[in-house]
Amino acid sequence: MDLYEHQGKELFAQAGIPVAQGRVAFTPDEARAAAEDLGGRVVVKAQVLTGGRGKAGGVKVVDGPGPAQEAAGAILGLDIKGHVTRRLLVEQAVAIAAEYYFSITFDRAAKMPLLMLTTMGGMDVEAVAENHPEALARLHVDPALGYRGFHGQRLMSEAGVPVEERKALAPLLAALYGVFAERDCMLVEVNPLVRLEDGSFLAADAKVTVDDNALFRHPDVEAMRDLAAADPQEQAAREADLAYVKLDGDVGILGNGAGLVMSTVDVIAQVGGRPANFCDVGGGASAEKIATALGIVLSDDKVRSVLFNIFGGITRGDEVAKGLLGALEQTAVRAPIVVRLDGTNAAEGRALLAAAARPEITVEETMLAAAETAVRLAGEGV
Amino acid sequence: MAVIATADTRLVVQGITGREGAFHALRNRAYGTQVVAGVTPGKAGEDVEGIPVFDSVADAVDRAGANTSLVVVPPRFAADAILEAADAGVEQIVCITEGIPAHDMLEVYHYVRPRGIRLLGPNCPGALSPGIANIGIIPAEVFSPGPIGLVSRSGTLTYQIGGELAAAGLGNSTIIGIGGDPVIGTSFIDALDLFEADPATEFIVMVGEIGGTDEEKAAEVIAERITKPVVAYIAGFEAPPGKTMGHAGAIISGSSGTAAAKKAALEAKGVPVGTNPTEAARLVVERLAG
Repeated sequence: MDLYEHQGKELFAQAGIPVAQGRVAFTPDEARAAAEDLGGRVVVKAQVLTGGRGKAGGVKVVDGPGPAQEAAGAILGLDIKGHVTRRLLVEQAVAIAAEYYFSITFDRAAKMPLLMLTTMGGMDVEAVAENHPEALARLHVDPALGYRGFHGQRLMSEAGVPVEERKALAPLLAALYGVFAERDCMLVEVNPLVRLEDGSFLAADAKVTVDDNALFRHPDVEAMRDLAAADPQEQAAREADLAYVKLDGDVGILGNGAGLVMSTVDVIAQVGGRPANFCDVGGGASAEKIATALGIVLSDDKVRSVLFNIFGGITRGDEVAKGLLGALEQTAVRAPIVVRLDGTNAAEGRALLAAAARPEITVEETMLAAAETAVRLAGEGV
Repeated sequence: MAVIATADTRLVVQGITGREGAFHALRNRAYGTQVVAGVTPGKAGEDVEGIPVFDSVADAVDRAGANTSLVVVPPRFAADAILEAADAGVEQIVCITEGIPAHDMLEVYHYVRPRGIRLLGPNCPGALSPGIANIGIIPAEVFSPGPIGLVSRSGTLTYQIGGELAAAGLGNSTIIGIGGDPVIGTSFIDALDLFEADPATEFIVMVGEIGGTDEEKAAEVIAERITKPVVAYIAGFEAPPGKTMGHAGAIISGSSGTAAAKKAALEAKGVPVGTNPTEAARLVVERLAG
């Protein structure tokens, strides 16, 4: 789960990491009130789950409530890389002396957290890594050991942080690692991590991703989820415990198992179609679950045909067929469904579908044939 | 011969008194696997259709001679279950459980690996050596004995490709499901090394997907030390960046982990890559015929 900047900063503040005073605003009026509260110069920042806000005009430094209100009006509704701005963070402007970068990523290959620090902050870190690799200090932390003081010292030395700054920076690095470890993060990134004119440090941005599988340990983080911004289908799927990802085509896709469904999405594209979604109904696949999944896939108005691809393992083909037929009893279906059933008890399942003779169902023997039929039906329209 | 699931496997099922645990323990036994024990804390002395239940894995090792554990317990308890099995001295641990927090798995990985214990998974379907033994949830009906070692990050996709190979009359030495999580105990490289050393395996099929760089690393190893022919398939060419595609580990982060990059890395080392399961199976048939 990706957090907004203001949510990440909430976790930072709880861990004692300095952040600027700020308020969340959803309207220009609220932004005005926030600026009044905070006083003086403020920064109005779009809260979106993507980078590149500055370039897109999503960050404005202004003096006082009136200009803050005006800036909020300009930023709210702004489309930043496909993310529409619906909330703002209004923050006290700070006196920046230098911009650094610090991140902790979950390095899958090394199976260890990876710390990265550079004094060349405020810009794209991938560009720093490419153009000034010597300026980017990298260090793994052995999970059994955890973060120790020497990690920070070594990192600051290798990044060329001036000696007189290290005493102020070290506790911040340690506290950020604390957030990463205690909050089950997959990513904690602070860009920029700023040195103020008084020599202290402050996290001026926060990019935090928390492991979905660990949210049961962090109900306060789960409660931060922005239901309004979520895609309606993705939200409904999450509530039904289905893995669903919205794509932008017209062939709806359901199947059992993440790999098989990913593969089905590929095959639809390979035969010239446009996948509308990825939807994994998982093992077992009761009638109720299939009905829910089918309902979610069809609630996307763009969907003009559905491919239901099942390779029965523990999941039995006859049970899947019963589930699908039961689902059709419960839900009116507005698009043709192409079914491909293979594996355990597939013949029995196909026989059940044939006997039911539902006009909305076409049965195909192979994944490729099913994909071709689904694409053809989508082209013909409903 | 075969790997992981062998005639010498003496299996203890952790979570055997649960619905899933009992179901798969009995299926594995019916297939011919030696299922010697089950573990559920507090249920020592019971049995599941003749399989004795113990309070701890240590007891299952001491009193029933278990050497391999199958972990079928809920995600909140699974990391602890794996550590218990490692601590009790089993040689192999197969973890089916999906949804274990990634940070828990970091700890588990760094405890298990230096001790020389094989961990397969988590979030994997297990290992099946057709005609010999089945550990986990792979549907044995799809597969028959043969010369092809199959290793995959995905369960149902493995069945799909196994089914396509079976339709072409080809069977398997062992099918290894390594799992769809970001942190897994057995990598593609580990599986390739196992197959390279296994006399029953003549040919290797590797099924990858988006996320991480394990396929790219495997490509290097194939060029370096795998003498048996390898064919690959990668899923997720159409996956959008930043979205988790069902498996916790199937996510393109920035520009890293794309299917296209994996395909290119493998092909650069001479490994043919199918762009769909049917094409992958055809590549295998062609190589075997040629």
